[in-house]
Amino acid sequence: MANIKELAKIPERLSGGHRLCAGCGASIIVRQILMATKDYVVASSATGCLEVATTIYPYTAWKIPFIHNAFENSAATMSGVETAYNALKKKGKITKEIKFVAFGGDGGTYDIGLQSLSGALERGHKFVYVCYNNEAYMNTGTQRSGATPKGASTTTAPHGKESHGKHQFKKDLTSIVAAHRIPYMAQASASNWNDLVTKSEKAFAADGPAFLNIISTCPRGWRFSEEKSVEISKLAVETGAWPLIEIENGVWRFTYKPKQRKPMIEWLKSQGRFSHLFTEENKSIIDEIQKGVDENWARLENLCNSTCKVA
Amino acid sequence: MVQTKSKRIPLTGDQAVATAMKQIDPDVVAVYPITPQTEIVMYFANYVANGQVSTEMIPVESEHSAMSACVGASAAGARTMTATSANGLALMWEIVYIAASLRLPIVMPVVNRALSGPINIHCDHSDTMGARDSGWIQIYCESGQEVYENTILAVRIAEHKDILLPIMICQDGFITSHAVEGIELLEDKLVKEFVGEYKPAHSLLDVENPVTYGPLDLQDYYFEHKRQQSESMKGVLKILPELFKEFEKTFGTKYDFIDTYKLEDAEVAIVALSSTAGTARGVIDELRAEGVKAGLLRPRFFRPFPREKIIQALKNVKVVGVLDRCESFSAEGGPLYTEIKAALYDSDIKPLVTNYIYGLGGRDVFPEDIKKVYSDLGAALKNKKVSNPINYLGSRE
Repeated sequence: MANIKELAKIPERLSGGHRLCAGCGASIIVRQILMATKDYVVASSATGCLEVATTIYPYTAWKIPFIHNAFENSAATMSGVETAYNALKKKGKITKEIKFVAFGGDGGTYDIGLQSLSGALERGHKFVYVCYNNEAYMNTGTQRSGATPKGASTTTAPHGKESHGKHQFKKDLTSIVAAHRIPYMAQASASNWNDLVTKSEKAFAADGPAFLNIISTCPRGWRFSEEKSVEISKLAVETGAWPLIEIENGVWRFTYKPKQRKPMIEWLKSQGRFSHLFTEENKSIIDEIQKGVDENWARLENLCNSTCKVA
Repeated sequence: MVQTKSKRIPLTGDQAVATAMKQIDPDVVAVYPITPQTEIVMYFANYVANGQVSTEMIPVESEHSAMSACVGASAAGARTMTATSANGLALMWEIVYIAASLRLPIVMPVVNRALSGPINIHCDHSDTMGARDSGWIQIYCESGQEVYENTILAVRIAEHKDILLPIMICQDGFITSHAVEGIELLEDKLVKEFVGEYKPAHSLLDVENPVTYGPLDLQDYYFEHKRQQSESMKGVLKILPELFKEFEKTFGTKYDFIDTYKLEDAEVAIVALSSTAGTARGVIDELRAEGVKAGLLRPRFFRPFPREKIIQALKNVKVVGVLDRCESFSAEGGPLYTEIKAALYDSDIKPLVTNYIYGLGGRDVFPEDIKKVYSDLGAALKNKKVSNPINYLGSRE
């Protein structure tokens, strides 16, 4: 359990002055995660907003060792770093305790980097993979990804006379990762900071790969006013658009459940990317979105019930 | 001379590479199997399984991840190796360039194989020739012995503090990789001493001195970084003679950027890479017995391109036939030909030069084919002109 007074005393590992947008979820997420271990950390990032905005040569916002390789290979790159650590530790050339974290956006994780992630998880490298999930390719201007939710308008799945935006439901990456049976994984949100930091602590402590899928607000791509970033993160949790769950050694668990889930229409109304849905002909789409969230919630409750261990 | 080599033992080219890797004992090997490189991976995996090396091996899920993991491991300060062929190299492509631009001394034996499509598993040089501008040093080897020794030499080349570039050690798929040859092994202890310990100046694991690898490099710096890469590559030509000497002193074999055979007084000469040179040597002996002044130039390095050495070696030759095991589809000939011709254009010598595309997809090159080339070169010598600048050798019309 994190203590906010203690957290505030931890030196920053990602300095300010980087060029991420005001209200961007990515830097908030990175800072909270890096507060969750006192050990040395080496980080990597896939190509994307986080990377381009924090490392414009000759500057870097990273106060810890950092590597960017390419778009689809943050996990494979970190598997090389972690293996080098094991090799050099075995030879006595390194004695320090070091943790490894690989960041990627949803494009670099759900789509182009899925194979690299799957391979690294299967091989069992001891590292934390973090997907800062802003539900589209934001760095290149809001193109659809496998993580884009149904109904969202993006530049490659725009709404129009014949379209309500993205037609498909988003990929359930968390379940795909769960199928790798890694020791620890979770969904989190920066709005629930205590939950996120606690999950990050568990992820760093896991004896093997850990995965964090974190909803990451994007004022530009989602089209909302940047001061509402944390509020909207919270709404994702309260509506069930982004359930806060964890899977620890195969046991699924809600780490937070709203007393009464808010209707999805509140989430959809909060962002311009869904504004075209509020017409008579798109009403059924909103119903389908609500149904999708309800079904997912029921499925998660079933998984939690069927995997929970009797205390 | 101190006895530094074993008796000849029978090994394939792939086994020779795996043996060199065992003796180098790198910190990390990230590798994915592909024909005809597969045996390298299998033999090396056995060394790991039996504790004959201290290497941590990463059995990755693709060549893209192989090179990606190599970049991570090398940036973390580990001596890092991989190996590949053809489509595997093609899948790595994006990261091959990144490895060079990050100045990571990754050592990669490549078993040359035709690039798909159509799919074909046999030898040609289309794979590594395509990567000639990726910023990697490239050595092309004629025999298993040469592949073996140059894999060891490559570690020192790549890691030299004034070079710091990744390196490919190429051998011909199946022709060399699967042919059994008597190979003299170098002493373990001497190899260990020769390769020494890798001490990187900047490492991700040097956590007290954090560095950022792979930043966004825009209009105001990218160009200079590319220039630095280029200057390092050119510097290889100045730095290596010293290293060649050290290798010769330690192990008794003399290497250079190029290799020649009966070229000093040759009037007609073939230029060819890798195993084809062996076939040419036999033909040259026959032709010499008949009074034909035939010779051979075999560039060992294609990157950096040893321009001056090549011009110097060809200075007395009247007609040159350049053999390319690679097609460039309507370019001014194959890559070896175009570069040699371009080098000669600015030199004081102006031999006639002609190009032969040959051996694609593993098509055998016979002594008769080589004789045909020398016969063409003889005719050009007589007529003072070549009949065709670009020819296809051994292809049905």
